[in-house]
Amino acid sequence: MNIQFRESLEAASSLTAKNATKTAIADCDIHPARASRTELYPYLAKRWQHHLEVYGVHAYQGMMDGPPYPKAQPNASRRDAYPPEGGPQGSSLSFMQKQLLDPNNVQLGVLNPLNSGQGIRNHELSAALCSAINDWQIDKWTSKDKRLKGSIVVGNEDGLSAAAEIRERAGDKNFVQVLLLSRNVEPLGQRRYWPIYQAAEEAGLPVGVHAFGFGGNPITPSGWPSYYVEEMVGHSQCQQSALASLALEGVFERFPKLKMVMIEAGFGWAPSLAWRLDNVWQRLRSEVPHVKRPPSEYIREQVWWTTQPMEDPERREDLFDVINWIGWDRLLFATDYPHWDYDEPSRVLPAGVSEDNREAFYLGNAKKLYGIS
Amino acid sequence: MARHVIAPVDELPPGTRKFLEIDGRPIAVFNIKGEYFGLMNRCPHQGAALCEGPLIGLAQSSDPGEIEYTKLGEIIRCPWHGWEFDIRTGQSYCDPRRFRVKAYPAHVEPGTSVVKGPYVAETVTVKVESDYVVVEL
Repeated sequence: MNIQFRESLEAASSLTAKNATKTAIADCDIHPARASRTELYPYLAKRWQHHLEVYGVHAYQGMMDGPPYPKAQPNASRRDAYPPEGGPQGSSLSFMQKQLLDPNNVQLGVLNPLNSGQGIRNHELSAALCSAINDWQIDKWTSKDKRLKGSIVVGNEDGLSAAAEIRERAGDKNFVQVLLLSRNVEPLGQRRYWPIYQAAEEAGLPVGVHAFGFGGNPITPSGWPSYYVEEMVGHSQCQQSALASLALEGVFERFPKLKMVMIEAGFGWAPSLAWRLDNVWQRLRSEVPHVKRPPSEYIREQVWWTTQPMEDPERREDLFDVINWIGWDRLLFATDYPHWDYDEPSRVLPAGVSEDNREAFYLGNAKKLYGIS
Repeated sequence: MARHVIAPVDELPPGTRKFLEIDGRPIAVFNIKGEYFGLMNRCPHQGAALCEGPLIGLAQSSDPGEIEYTKLGEIIRCPWHGWEFDIRTGQSYCDPRRFRVKAYPAHVEPGTSVVKGPYVAETVTVKVESDYVVVEL
Protein backbone atom coordinates (compact mmCIF):
# COMPACT_ATOMS: atom_id res chain seq x y z
CA MET A 1 0.00 0.00 0.00
CA ASN A 2 1.30 3.37 -0.92
CA ILE A 3 -0.33 6.49 0.39
CA GLN A 4 1.08 9.91 -0.30
CA PHE A 5 -0.37 13.12 1.01
CA ARG A 6 0.18 15.99 -1.35
CA GLU A 7 -1.11 19.43 -1.93
CA SER A 8 -3.14 19.11 -5.09
CA LEU A 9 -1.11 21.81 -6.84
CA GLU A 10 2.06 19.83 -6.30
CA ALA A 11 0.31 16.81 -7.70
CA ALA A 12 -0.66 18.91 -10.71
CA SER A 13 2.87 20.16 -11.21
CA SER A 14 4.27 16.65 -11.00
CA LEU A 15 1.85 15.73 -13.77
CA THR A 16 2.83 18.76 -15.80
CA ALA A 17 6.53 18.03 -15.41
CA LYS A 18 5.87 14.98 -17.56
CA ASN A 19 4.43 17.29 -20.18
CA ALA A 20 7.62 19.27 -20.80
CA THR A 21 8.10 17.42 -24.05
CA LYS A 22 4.71 18.58 -25.38
CA THR A 23 4.58 20.20 -28.78
CA ALA A 24 5.07 23.96 -28.64
CA ILE A 25 1.94 26.09 -28.84
CA ALA A 26 0.93 29.73 -29.05
CA ASP A 27 -1.60 31.10 -26.59
CA CYS A 28 -3.18 34.14 -28.20
CA ASP A 29 -5.35 35.32 -25.32
CA ILE A 30 -3.72 35.61 -21.90
CA HIS A 31 -5.01 38.10 -19.34
CA PRO A 32 -2.41 39.62 -17.07
CA ALA A 33 -3.82 41.33 -13.98
CA ARG A 34 -2.59 44.04 -11.68
CA ALA A 35 -1.61 42.85 -8.22
CA SER A 36 -3.04 46.00 -6.65
CA ARG A 37 -5.09 49.07 -7.50
CA THR A 38 -2.02 51.29 -7.42
CA GLU A 39 0.33 49.07 -9.40
CA LEU A 40 0.05 51.43 -12.37
CA TYR A 41 0.97 54.55 -10.39
CA PRO A 42 4.68 54.39 -11.26
CA TYR A 43 3.64 54.77 -14.91
CA LEU A 44 1.12 57.57 -14.34
CA ALA A 45 1.84 61.26 -13.98
CA LYS A 46 1.09 62.66 -10.50
CA ARG A 47 -1.74 64.61 -12.10
CA TRP A 48 -3.55 61.40 -13.00
CA GLN A 49 -2.75 59.64 -9.72
CA HIS A 50 -4.43 62.50 -7.90
CA HIS A 51 -7.31 62.48 -10.35
CA LEU A 52 -7.93 58.79 -9.69
CA GLU A 53 -7.87 59.34 -5.92
CA VAL A 54 -10.30 62.26 -6.08
CA TYR A 55 -12.64 61.42 -8.94
CA GLY A 56 -12.08 57.77 -9.81
CA VAL A 57 -12.89 56.32 -13.22
CA HIS A 58 -16.15 56.79 -15.07
CA ALA A 59 -17.04 54.47 -17.91
CA TYR A 60 -19.71 55.06 -20.52
CA GLN A 61 -21.94 52.44 -18.97
CA GLY A 62 -22.51 54.71 -15.99
CA MET A 63 -23.04 54.03 -12.30
CA MET A 64 -20.85 50.96 -12.55
CA ASP A 65 -17.16 50.56 -11.90
CA GLY A 66 -17.04 46.90 -12.81
CA PRO A 67 -18.26 44.62 -15.54
CA PRO A 68 -21.95 44.89 -16.39
CA TYR A 69 -22.67 41.32 -15.29
CA PRO A 70 -21.42 39.30 -12.34
CA LYS A 71 -19.02 36.56 -13.38
CA ALA A 72 -19.19 32.83 -12.73
CA GLN A 73 -16.10 32.68 -10.53
CA PRO A 74 -14.16 35.30 -8.51
CA ASN A 75 -12.51 37.75 -10.95
CA ALA A 76 -14.03 35.59 -13.71
CA SER A 77 -11.07 33.29 -13.09
CA ARG A 78 -10.12 29.71 -12.43
CA ARG A 79 -10.27 28.98 -8.73
CA ASP A 80 -6.91 27.26 -8.88
CA ALA A 81 -5.20 30.31 -10.38
CA TYR A 82 -4.65 32.41 -7.23
CA PRO A 83 -0.90 33.03 -7.00
CA PRO A 84 0.67 31.57 -3.85
CA GLU A 85 2.09 34.98 -2.94
CA GLY A 86 -1.42 36.52 -2.94
CA GLY A 87 -3.10 38.95 -5.31
CA PRO A 88 -5.68 38.27 -8.01
CA GLN A 89 -5.46 35.52 -10.59
CA GLY A 90 -3.13 36.43 -13.43
CA SER A 91 -1.08 38.92 -11.39
CA SER A 92 2.04 36.80 -10.89
CA LEU A 93 4.51 36.08 -13.68
CA SER A 94 6.21 33.24 -11.82
CA PHE A 95 2.89 31.50 -11.16
CA MET A 96 1.75 32.03 -14.75
CA GLN A 97 4.99 30.40 -15.87
CA LYS A 98 4.45 27.47 -13.54
CA GLN A 99 0.75 26.97 -14.23
CA LEU A 100 0.42 27.91 -17.90
CA LEU A 101 3.57 28.62 -19.90
CA ASP A 102 5.91 25.81 -18.83
CA PRO A 103 3.56 22.83 -18.58
CA ASN A 104 1.86 23.62 -21.90
CA ASN A 105 5.10 24.51 -23.68
CA VAL A 106 3.77 27.92 -24.70
CA GLN A 107 6.24 29.41 -27.17
CA LEU A 108 4.28 32.61 -27.81
CA GLY A 109 1.85 34.13 -25.32
CA VAL A 110 -0.11 37.22 -26.36
CA LEU A 111 -1.18 39.43 -23.47
CA ASN A 112 -4.57 41.14 -23.61
CA PRO A 113 -4.99 43.32 -20.52
CA LEU A 114 -8.61 44.09 -19.65
CA ASN A 115 -10.01 46.86 -17.43
CA SER A 116 -7.12 48.92 -18.66
CA GLY A 117 -8.38 52.39 -19.41
CA GLN A 118 -10.49 51.78 -22.50
CA GLY A 119 -14.03 53.12 -22.70
CA ILE A 120 -13.50 55.84 -20.10
CA ARG A 121 -15.43 59.09 -20.53
CA ASN A 122 -12.46 61.30 -19.72
CA HIS A 123 -10.38 60.81 -22.85
CA GLU A 124 -7.19 62.29 -21.41
CA LEU A 125 -7.39 59.93 -18.44
CA SER A 126 -8.18 57.06 -20.79
CA ALA A 127 -5.10 57.78 -22.89
CA ALA A 128 -2.90 58.10 -19.78
CA LEU A 129 -4.12 54.82 -18.30
CA CYS A 130 -3.68 52.97 -21.59
CA SER A 131 -0.16 54.27 -21.98
CA ALA A 132 0.59 53.25 -18.39
CA ILE A 133 -0.75 49.74 -19.03
CA ASN A 134 1.55 49.47 -22.02
CA ASP A 135 4.62 50.49 -19.99
CA TRP A 136 3.51 48.04 -17.28
CA GLN A 137 3.24 45.20 -19.82
CA ILE A 138 6.89 45.73 -20.77
CA ASP A 139 8.18 46.16 -17.22
CA LYS A 140 6.27 43.38 -15.51
CA TRP A 141 5.80 40.83 -18.29
CA THR A 142 7.39 41.01 -21.74
CA SER A 143 10.86 42.13 -20.64
CA LYS A 144 10.92 39.35 -18.03
CA ASP A 145 9.75 36.47 -20.22
CA LYS A 146 10.52 36.59 -23.91
CA ARG A 147 7.69 34.19 -24.71
CA LEU A 148 5.21 36.89 -23.77
CA LYS A 149 4.21 39.69 -26.14
CA GLY A 150 1.98 42.62 -25.32
CA SER A 151 -1.01 44.20 -27.02
CA ILE A 152 -0.96 47.98 -27.39
CA VAL A 153 -3.95 49.18 -25.40
CA VAL A 154 -5.39 52.43 -26.72
CA GLY A 155 -8.00 54.96 -25.65
CA ASN A 156 -10.39 53.62 -28.24
CA GLU A 157 -13.04 56.34 -28.17
CA ASP A 158 -10.53 59.02 -29.15
CA GLY A 159 -9.09 57.82 -32.45
CA LEU A 160 -6.42 60.51 -32.58
CA SER A 161 -4.86 59.82 -29.19
CA ALA A 162 -5.16 56.10 -29.89
CA ALA A 163 -3.28 56.51 -33.16
CA ALA A 164 -0.60 58.54 -31.35
CA GLU A 165 -0.10 55.73 -28.84
CA ILE A 166 0.21 53.18 -31.66
CA ARG A 167 2.78 55.31 -33.49
CA GLU A 168 4.71 55.75 -30.25
CA ARG A 169 4.95 51.97 -29.81
CA ALA A 170 5.38 51.04 -33.49
CA GLY A 171 8.47 48.94 -34.04
CA ASP A 172 8.73 47.98 -30.37
CA LYS A 173 9.14 44.21 -30.38
CA ASN A 174 7.44 43.95 -26.99
CA PHE A 175 4.10 44.40 -28.79
CA VAL A 176 2.47 42.33 -31.51
CA GLN A 177 -1.01 43.84 -31.90
CA VAL A 178 -3.33 46.72 -31.06
CA LEU A 179 -6.17 45.88 -28.68
CA LEU A 180 -9.77 47.02 -28.96
CA LEU A 181 -12.85 45.67 -27.20
CA SER A 182 -16.16 44.69 -28.77
CA ARG A 183 -18.50 46.98 -26.80
CA ASN A 184 -17.79 50.49 -27.93
CA VAL A 185 -19.77 53.70 -28.12
CA GLU A 186 -20.41 53.04 -31.82
CA PRO A 187 -19.99 50.03 -34.13
CA LEU A 188 -16.30 49.54 -34.84
CA GLY A 189 -16.44 50.43 -38.54
CA GLN A 190 -17.39 54.05 -37.84
CA ARG A 191 -15.07 56.87 -38.76
CA ARG A 192 -14.09 57.90 -35.24
CA TYR A 193 -12.10 54.64 -35.10
CA TRP A 194 -10.43 54.96 -38.50
CA PRO A 195 -7.26 56.67 -37.19
CA ILE A 196 -6.68 53.50 -35.14
CA TYR A 197 -6.83 51.31 -38.24
CA GLN A 198 -4.65 53.67 -40.22
CA ALA A 199 -1.94 53.73 -37.55
CA ALA A 200 -2.11 49.95 -37.07
CA GLU A 201 -1.84 49.33 -40.79
CA GLU A 202 1.16 51.65 -41.02
CA ALA A 203 2.80 49.90 -38.09
CA GLY A 204 2.08 46.48 -39.60
CA LEU A 205 0.22 45.45 -36.45
CA PRO A 206 -2.99 43.39 -36.42
CA VAL A 207 -5.91 44.88 -34.49
CA GLY A 208 -7.42 42.45 -31.99
CA VAL A 209 -11.06 42.91 -30.96
CA HIS A 210 -11.62 41.20 -27.65
CA ALA A 211 -15.06 40.53 -26.19
CA PHE A 212 -16.24 42.95 -23.44
CA GLY A 213 -15.84 46.67 -23.17
CA PHE A 214 -17.44 49.64 -21.51
CA GLY A 215 -19.13 51.47 -24.38
CA GLY A 216 -22.46 51.70 -22.58
CA ASN A 217 -24.45 49.64 -25.08
CA PRO A 218 -26.16 46.43 -24.02
CA ILE A 219 -24.57 43.19 -25.09
CA THR A 220 -27.55 42.20 -27.22
CA PRO A 221 -29.19 44.27 -29.97
CA SER A 222 -32.52 43.80 -28.17
CA GLY A 223 -31.41 45.28 -24.87
CA TRP A 224 -29.93 44.34 -21.51
CA PRO A 225 -30.51 40.67 -20.71
CA SER A 226 -31.11 39.23 -17.25
CA TYR A 227 -28.38 36.63 -16.97
CA TYR A 228 -24.63 36.22 -17.27
CA VAL A 229 -25.34 33.24 -19.52
CA GLU A 230 -26.92 35.66 -21.96
CA GLU A 231 -23.91 37.93 -21.81
CA MET A 232 -21.69 34.96 -22.63
CA VAL A 233 -23.58 34.22 -25.84
CA GLY A 234 -24.08 37.91 -26.51
CA HIS A 235 -20.37 38.31 -27.21
CA SER A 236 -20.78 36.59 -30.55
CA GLN A 237 -23.69 38.86 -31.47
CA CYS A 238 -21.64 41.89 -30.49
CA GLN A 239 -18.69 40.70 -32.54
CA GLN A 240 -20.93 40.07 -35.54
CA SER A 241 -22.14 43.68 -35.40
CA ALA A 242 -18.55 44.87 -35.22
CA LEU A 243 -17.49 42.75 -38.17
CA ALA A 244 -20.49 43.75 -40.31
CA SER A 245 -19.72 47.39 -39.54
CA LEU A 246 -16.04 47.00 -40.46
CA ALA A 247 -16.99 45.42 -43.77
CA LEU A 248 -19.88 47.73 -44.71
CA GLU A 249 -18.32 51.02 -43.64
CA GLY A 250 -15.49 50.17 -45.99
CA VAL A 251 -12.72 49.79 -43.41
CA PHE A 252 -11.31 46.71 -45.13
CA GLU A 253 -11.51 48.43 -48.51
CA ARG A 254 -9.82 51.58 -47.24
CA PHE A 255 -7.12 49.75 -45.28
CA PRO A 256 -6.37 46.71 -47.42
CA LYS A 257 -3.34 45.64 -45.37
CA LEU A 258 -5.25 45.86 -42.10
CA LYS A 259 -5.52 42.55 -40.24
CA MET A 260 -8.24 42.04 -37.64
CA VAL A 261 -8.33 39.35 -34.95
CA MET A 262 -11.68 38.42 -33.43
CA ILE A 263 -10.87 37.40 -29.86
CA GLU A 264 -13.02 35.34 -27.50
CA ALA A 265 -16.31 35.53 -29.30
CA GLY A 266 -16.38 32.19 -31.10
CA PHE A 267 -16.09 31.63 -34.82
CA GLY A 268 -18.88 29.17 -35.69
CA TRP A 269 -21.07 32.10 -36.74
CA ALA A 270 -18.58 33.41 -39.28
CA PRO A 271 -19.76 31.48 -42.36
CA SER A 272 -23.45 32.36 -41.95
CA LEU A 273 -22.69 36.02 -41.27
CA ALA A 274 -20.57 36.15 -44.40
CA TRP A 275 -23.28 34.45 -46.47
CA ARG A 276 -25.90 36.91 -45.27
CA LEU A 277 -23.62 39.88 -45.90
CA ASP A 278 -22.91 38.70 -49.43
CA ASN A 279 -26.57 38.05 -50.08
CA VAL A 280 -27.78 41.51 -49.07
CA TRP A 281 -24.76 43.22 -50.59
CA GLN A 282 -25.63 41.75 -53.99
CA ARG A 283 -29.10 43.29 -53.72
CA LEU A 284 -28.23 46.57 -52.05
CA ARG A 285 -24.73 47.37 -53.22
CA SER A 286 -25.73 50.79 -54.51
CA GLU A 287 -26.21 51.88 -50.89
CA VAL A 288 -22.57 51.09 -50.12
CA PRO A 289 -20.67 51.59 -53.39
CA HIS A 290 -17.41 51.87 -51.41
CA VAL A 291 -17.73 48.14 -50.68
CA LYS A 292 -16.40 46.93 -54.00
CA ARG A 293 -16.25 43.20 -53.44
CA PRO A 294 -18.50 40.69 -51.68
CA PRO A 295 -17.99 41.24 -47.92
CA SER A 296 -16.97 37.62 -47.44
CA GLU A 297 -13.88 38.22 -49.56
CA TYR A 298 -12.61 40.92 -47.20
CA ILE A 299 -13.41 38.75 -44.22
CA ARG A 300 -11.54 35.75 -45.59
CA GLU A 301 -8.52 37.88 -46.44
CA GLN A 302 -8.28 40.21 -43.45
CA VAL A 303 -9.77 38.43 -40.42
CA TRP A 304 -8.28 35.88 -38.00
CA TRP A 305 -10.05 34.20 -35.08
CA THR A 306 -8.87 33.05 -31.67
CA THR A 307 -10.28 29.71 -30.59
CA GLN A 308 -11.31 30.15 -26.98
CA PRO A 309 -14.17 29.55 -26.27
CA MET A 310 -13.63 26.68 -28.67
CA GLU A 311 -16.72 25.67 -30.64
CA ASP A 312 -17.89 22.30 -29.38
CA PRO A 313 -20.68 20.81 -31.51
CA GLU A 314 -21.85 17.26 -30.92
CA ARG A 315 -20.54 16.09 -34.28
CA ARG A 316 -16.90 16.91 -34.90
CA GLU A 317 -17.68 16.94 -38.63
CA ASP A 318 -19.76 20.06 -38.04
CA LEU A 319 -16.75 21.75 -36.47
CA PHE A 320 -14.54 20.76 -39.37
CA ASP A 321 -17.10 22.09 -41.88
CA VAL A 322 -16.99 25.50 -40.19
CA ILE A 323 -13.21 25.55 -40.00
CA ASN A 324 -12.92 24.49 -43.62
CA TRP A 325 -14.95 27.55 -44.60
CA ILE A 326 -12.92 29.88 -42.36
CA GLY A 327 -9.62 28.25 -43.30
CA TRP A 328 -7.24 26.20 -41.16
CA ASP A 329 -4.76 29.04 -41.67
CA ARG A 330 -7.04 31.54 -39.86
CA LEU A 331 -7.46 30.10 -36.36
CA LEU A 332 -5.23 31.11 -33.46
CA PHE A 333 -5.24 28.85 -30.43
CA ALA A 334 -6.01 30.57 -27.12
CA THR A 335 -6.63 29.46 -23.55
CA ASP A 336 -8.03 32.70 -22.04
CA TYR A 337 -5.89 32.04 -18.95
CA PRO A 338 -6.56 32.66 -16.07
CA HIS A 339 -10.25 33.10 -16.77
CA TRP A 340 -12.74 30.49 -15.68
CA ASP A 341 -13.72 29.40 -19.18
CA TYR A 342 -10.09 28.50 -19.94
CA ASP A 343 -9.56 25.98 -22.75
CA GLU A 344 -7.14 23.14 -22.03
CA PRO A 345 -4.81 22.77 -25.05
CA SER A 346 -4.80 18.98 -25.04
CA ARG A 347 -8.60 18.72 -24.99
CA VAL A 348 -10.06 21.22 -27.43
CA LEU A 349 -9.31 19.81 -30.87
CA PRO A 350 -10.99 16.53 -31.78
CA ALA A 351 -9.05 13.73 -33.43
CA GLY A 352 -9.02 13.54 -37.19
CA VAL A 353 -7.02 16.68 -37.99
CA SER A 354 -3.97 16.40 -40.21
CA GLU A 355 -0.55 17.09 -38.69
CA ASP A 356 -0.11 20.22 -40.81
CA ASN A 357 -3.47 21.66 -39.75
CA ARG A 358 -2.80 20.85 -36.09
CA GLU A 359 0.52 22.64 -36.23
CA ALA A 360 -1.08 25.67 -37.91
CA PHE A 361 -3.93 25.68 -35.38
CA TYR A 362 -1.72 25.50 -32.30
CA LEU A 363 1.29 27.54 -33.37
CA GLY A 364 2.03 28.22 -37.04
CA ASN A 365 -0.78 30.67 -37.79
CA ALA A 366 0.01 32.78 -34.74
CA LYS A 367 3.74 32.95 -35.47
CA LYS A 368 3.03 34.00 -39.02
CA LEU A 369 0.40 36.61 -38.15
CA TYR A 370 2.37 38.12 -35.29
CA GLY A 371 5.72 37.92 -37.08
CA ILE A 372 7.42 35.66 -34.55
CA SER A 373 10.28 33.61 -35.95
CA MET B 1 -10.18 -3.77 -4.61
CA ALA B 2 -7.53 -2.47 -2.24
CA ARG B 3 -8.33 -0.46 0.86
CA HIS B 4 -6.31 2.63 1.70
CA VAL B 5 -6.29 4.33 5.06
CA ILE B 6 -6.79 8.07 4.57
CA ALA B 7 -6.79 9.73 7.97
CA PRO B 8 -8.03 9.43 11.51
CA VAL B 9 -11.67 10.50 11.67
CA ASP B 10 -10.73 13.56 13.78
CA GLU B 11 -8.66 14.94 10.92
CA LEU B 12 -11.54 14.96 8.48
CA PRO B 13 -14.43 16.77 10.18
CA PRO B 14 -17.76 17.35 8.37
CA GLY B 15 -17.52 19.85 5.52
CA THR B 16 -13.82 19.20 4.90
CA ARG B 17 -11.97 17.27 2.22
CA LYS B 18 -8.56 15.67 1.94
CA PHE B 19 -6.46 15.45 -1.20
CA LEU B 20 -4.14 12.54 -1.81
CA GLU B 21 -2.55 10.51 -4.54
CA ILE B 22 -3.00 6.75 -4.59
CA ASP B 23 -1.23 4.65 -7.20
CA GLY B 24 -0.64 7.79 -9.25
CA ARG B 25 -4.30 8.73 -9.18
CA PRO B 26 -5.34 12.10 -7.71
CA ILE B 27 -8.15 11.47 -5.21
CA ALA B 28 -10.13 13.59 -2.81
CA VAL B 29 -12.12 12.26 0.12
CA PHE B 30 -14.97 14.39 1.47
CA ASN B 31 -16.78 14.33 4.77
CA ILE B 32 -20.36 15.42 4.03
CA LYS B 33 -22.35 15.61 7.26
CA GLY B 34 -20.57 12.58 8.69
CA GLU B 35 -20.66 10.50 5.51
CA TYR B 36 -17.51 9.90 3.51
CA PHE B 37 -17.15 9.99 -0.26
CA GLY B 38 -14.13 9.55 -2.51
CA LEU B 39 -13.86 11.14 -5.97
CA MET B 40 -11.24 11.20 -8.67
CA ASN B 41 -9.79 14.71 -8.53
CA ARG B 42 -9.96 15.25 -12.27
CA CYS B 43 -12.86 16.75 -14.18
CA PRO B 44 -13.94 14.50 -17.07
CA HIS B 45 -14.63 17.59 -19.17
CA GLN B 46 -11.18 19.20 -19.59
CA GLY B 47 -9.12 17.72 -16.78
CA ALA B 48 -9.16 20.40 -14.05
CA ALA B 49 -8.56 19.46 -10.41
CA LEU B 50 -12.32 19.09 -9.90
CA CYS B 51 -12.33 18.61 -6.15
CA GLU B 52 -10.73 22.02 -5.51
CA GLY B 53 -14.02 23.64 -6.51
CA PRO B 54 -16.61 25.00 -4.12
CA LEU B 55 -19.25 22.80 -2.52
CA ILE B 56 -22.65 24.10 -3.44
CA GLY B 57 -26.23 22.89 -3.55
CA LEU B 58 -28.38 21.83 -6.46
CA ALA B 59 -30.54 24.53 -8.03
CA GLN B 60 -33.47 23.03 -9.91
CA SER B 61 -36.59 24.49 -11.37
CA SER B 62 -39.89 22.79 -12.14
CA ASP B 63 -41.17 25.89 -13.92
CA PRO B 64 -39.64 29.26 -14.77
CA GLY B 65 -39.96 31.33 -11.62
CA GLU B 66 -39.89 28.32 -9.29
CA ILE B 67 -36.47 27.49 -7.84
CA GLU B 68 -35.68 24.64 -5.50
CA TYR B 69 -32.29 24.48 -3.82
CA THR B 70 -31.40 21.11 -2.33
CA LYS B 71 -28.43 18.85 -1.60
CA LEU B 72 -26.63 21.73 0.12
CA GLY B 73 -22.91 20.98 0.35
CA GLU B 74 -23.25 17.82 -1.73
CA ILE B 75 -22.52 19.21 -5.19
CA ILE B 76 -18.98 19.96 -6.31
CA ARG B 77 -18.53 22.73 -8.86
CA CYS B 78 -15.45 22.51 -11.09
CA PRO B 79 -12.96 25.34 -10.45
CA TRP B 80 -12.62 25.96 -14.19
CA HIS B 81 -15.89 25.67 -16.07
CA GLY B 82 -18.36 25.26 -13.25
CA TRP B 83 -19.59 21.78 -14.23
CA GLU B 84 -21.56 20.30 -11.35
CA PHE B 85 -21.22 16.76 -10.00
CA ASP B 86 -22.99 14.92 -7.20
CA ILE B 87 -20.35 13.96 -4.66
CA ARG B 88 -22.34 10.88 -3.61
CA THR B 89 -22.30 9.30 -7.06
CA GLY B 90 -19.97 11.27 -9.34
CA GLN B 91 -22.97 11.95 -11.53
CA SER B 92 -22.80 15.01 -13.78
CA TYR B 93 -25.72 17.42 -13.79
CA CYS B 94 -24.60 19.00 -17.08
CA ASP B 95 -24.42 15.92 -19.27
CA PRO B 96 -25.20 12.81 -17.24
CA ARG B 97 -25.19 10.63 -20.34
CA ARG B 98 -21.56 11.22 -21.24
CA PHE B 99 -19.77 12.49 -18.17
CA ARG B 100 -19.27 10.92 -14.78
CA VAL B 101 -16.50 11.31 -12.24
CA LYS B 102 -15.06 8.10 -10.91
CA ALA B 103 -16.41 7.67 -7.39
CA TYR B 104 -14.65 5.55 -4.77
CA PRO B 105 -16.39 4.07 -1.74
CA ALA B 106 -15.15 5.55 1.52
CA HIS B 107 -16.10 4.64 5.04
CA VAL B 108 -14.88 4.49 8.61
CA GLU B 109 -13.20 1.47 10.16
CA PRO B 110 -12.03 0.98 13.71
CA GLY B 111 -8.30 1.34 14.29
CA THR B 112 -8.04 -2.24 15.49
CA SER B 113 -9.07 -3.43 12.05
CA VAL B 114 -6.89 -1.12 9.95
CA VAL B 115 -3.66 -2.00 11.74
CA LYS B 116 -4.13 -5.65 10.94
CA GLY B 117 -3.14 -7.36 7.76
CA PRO B 118 -1.92 -5.37 4.76
CA TYR B 119 -3.92 -2.25 5.53
CA VAL B 120 -1.26 -0.34 7.42
CA ALA B 121 -0.95 3.34 6.59
CA GLU B 122 2.61 4.36 5.86
CA THR B 123 2.35 8.09 6.30
CA VAL B 124 -0.22 8.28 9.05
CA THR B 125 0.62 7.48 12.61
CA VAL B 126 -1.93 4.81 13.33
CA LYS B 127 -3.31 5.03 16.79
CA VAL B 128 -5.18 1.88 17.50
CA GLU B 129 -7.75 3.64 19.68
CA SER B 130 -8.97 5.87 16.82
CA ASP B 131 -11.34 5.21 13.92
CA TYR B 132 -9.99 5.74 10.44
CA VAL B 133 -11.40 6.84 7.10
CA VAL B 134 -10.73 4.19 4.49
CA VAL B 135 -11.17 4.52 0.74
CA GLU B 136 -11.42 1.60 -1.66
CA LEU B 137 -9.96 1.50 -5.14
